[in-house]
Amino acid sequence: MSILINRSSRVITQGITGNTGQFHTRASRDYANGRECYVAGVNPKRAGENFEGIPIFGSVREAKDRTGAGVSVIYVPPAGAAAAIWEAVAADLELVICITEGIPVRDMIAVRDRMKKENRRTLLLGPNCPGAITPGELKIGIMPGHIHRKGRIGVVSRSGTLTYEAVAQLTELGIGQSTAVGIGGDPVNGLKHVDVLKLFNDDPDTDAVVMIGEIGGTDEETAAHWVKEHMKKPVVGFIAGVTAPPGKRMGHAGAIISGGKGTAQEKLAVMEACGIRVTRNPADMGRTLQSVLR
Amino acid sequence: MKIHEYQGKELLRNFGVVTPRGSACFTVDEAVAAARKLGGSVWVVKAQIHAGGRGKGGGVKVARSLDEVRQKARQILGMQLVTHQTGPAGQKVRRLLIEEGADIAKELYVAMVVDRQTQRVCLMASSEGGMDIEQVAATHPEKILKVFIDPAAGLADADAEIVARGIGVPKPSVREAAQLLQALYRCFDATDASLAEINPLILTRDGRVVALDAKLNFDDNGLFRHPEIVALRDLDEEDPLEIEASKHELSYISLDGNIGCMVNGAGLAMATMDTIKLYGGEPANFLDVGGGATAEKVTAAFKIMLSNPKVKAILVNIFGGIMKCDTIASGIVAAAREVQLSVPLVVRMKGTNEDIGRKILADSGLPIISADNMAQAGQKAVAAVRALTAKKTAPKLKPKPRSKPKPKVRPKAKAKPKAKAGRVPKARAMARRSKGKKK
Repeated sequence: MSILINRSSRVITQGITGNTGQFHTRASRDYANGRECYVAGVNPKRAGENFEGIPIFGSVREAKDRTGAGVSVIYVPPAGAAAAIWEAVAADLELVICITEGIPVRDMIAVRDRMKKENRRTLLLGPNCPGAITPGELKIGIMPGHIHRKGRIGVVSRSGTLTYEAVAQLTELGIGQSTAVGIGGDPVNGLKHVDVLKLFNDDPDTDAVVMIGEIGGTDEETAAHWVKEHMKKPVVGFIAGVTAPPGKRMGHAGAIISGGKGTAQEKLAVMEACGIRVTRNPADMGRTLQSVLR
Repeated sequence: MKIHEYQGKELLRNFGVVTPRGSACFTVDEAVAAARKLGGSVWVVKAQIHAGGRGKGGGVKVARSLDEVRQKARQILGMQLVTHQTGPAGQKVRRLLIEEGADIAKELYVAMVVDRQTQRVCLMASSEGGMDIEQVAATHPEKILKVFIDPAAGLADADAEIVARGIGVPKPSVREAAQLLQALYRCFDATDASLAEINPLILTRDGRVVALDAKLNFDDNGLFRHPEIVALRDLDEEDPLEIEASKHELSYISLDGNIGCMVNGAGLAMATMDTIKLYGGEPANFLDVGGGATAEKVTAAFKIMLSNPKVKAILVNIFGGIMKCDTIASGIVAAAREVQLSVPLVVRMKGTNEDIGRKILADSGLPIISADNMAQAGQKAVAAVRALTAKKTAPKLKPKPRSKPKPKVRPKAKAKPKAKAGRVPKARAMARRSKGKKK
């Protein structure tokens, strides 16, 4: 097993006809069971056409009805991305993974509000995230597939390349991953660390979790407190941004220290106090995880 | 993106927020003329810089005659205004706001920020307006009222009135104050703002409610639909290197150390800075080259890093996930040649074709130090800087004591002001603090 996605997921690509959408759909389709999993694309102007054999539909609803897909991935440009998320939610998919970077916060506030008010069951991963991968089964997103290895360690992180770094370290040590999940660096998003940890906790095929955070917000602290109360499996952690000065946005829209809150030191301290083994050296994420396995 | 107070007030007025009358001036003569046009007998001369704390720094003065307006304007215009948000170098004052004086009965505080937890805009207000609201948040969090605004419905009449009453607005003025709060939210919402802070919001002796200050920040991701706000950008207020970087779609932030870093991805970039620190070095910058580390981008990144005279070594850390390492290596070599790289360069590359990439670096004939992993990269960069400084300070065989300062390698590059640490929007700080207290 795994979390969120596996070989039996059926995936719709929203924004399949753009450059980014094409590039990553191709790479994802060529990974493991991608050929069976990628069943549809959406573009209202190109309905009836296909992308290298993947049929294009006019709407998410139609793509779902015709193919039985339950997951969508979004590569739509920022101005239309929140609407694309809503279209997938309105079509009652199980999971929407939004890769798009640069969506206005106001748009995300509106779409999240509507999802909550209407009690929608659809899970949202992202936006501004690398996606999710269940090694050896299915890759949905922009991560390099070849660095992963099938196994029993969960990975959850706010940033892209730092996730790859952690995964590559694990793989080099011969430690495979059950699922690696990038939740994204935007201030208003879908799944948070704590939500993904809950899923890993319930997944019989995950033995331990690497949780990677960064400065800004209090999501890591929330997750740490939950771990202390409920997590049955070891969690190790790293927080990027010990050297970040206050008041400066470090690339991600959410990565900012303000009012002395959201610092890496503070997050690391809370995580440690909650029983998470942390490392302050990003080159040691893999070894730290190894140290909690026996 | 940040804008000036006078620009913020103009925007707010468009949405119905009451502010004092005033106008922006660029010269002393303009300031006097503006005061004359406003009329009255009391004016306020306000320095317009993007940092807060201007009053304490001597950037806000009351004038009681046109002569005094001239005198204060002369004092403030062109001064290097130092506040707790500018860093020790301060910020040069290039613009003034001349306003009519206000008859203040009470000072209040109002702000709006995006709250990550509730995923809504949070209206925060306090009876304790004026100088130091962060202090209030730390010591009297109960004096800060909060309302999380429903994005579909907007700020409801009832909520706005509860807040107005809660911060001590007397009954006859409650409706007016509530309307001001609602106008503030309409402005926040319509302009894709990320922060709005009015400190102080005042009650005048005749019962009016007026925004005496205005600080507005905007969500960069929303700017594409607001050309009118983009037009308000004042490049004088921004770090020239950060402006240059943004032209090349690089995310760059100046720091105080001497090891330049170029990394792909924000998280990995922060982690790389942390690694440098861990091994006893100090990063000179944050620099995220993003997904496509092309030769053009890498060249631009090198130029930007090297224009900081403090940089003694460069560390490149690229996780070539989708991008191939040989492409990246060729880009690095081309860039190093073009800028005639004069400081040690440590490169760590990971991902597809990393062996070919490493060979390209080795065969280039350039003095590139290769590293296998992040830890090694950090250690090697720190060691390279230490070797340089050791060489400079090591006693020669023929000791010849000289007091002459060390010659600068690049004397042309201007010393950059320190990273403006501590520029934290107060409202955001408040939100965090009082939240922390609550739990």
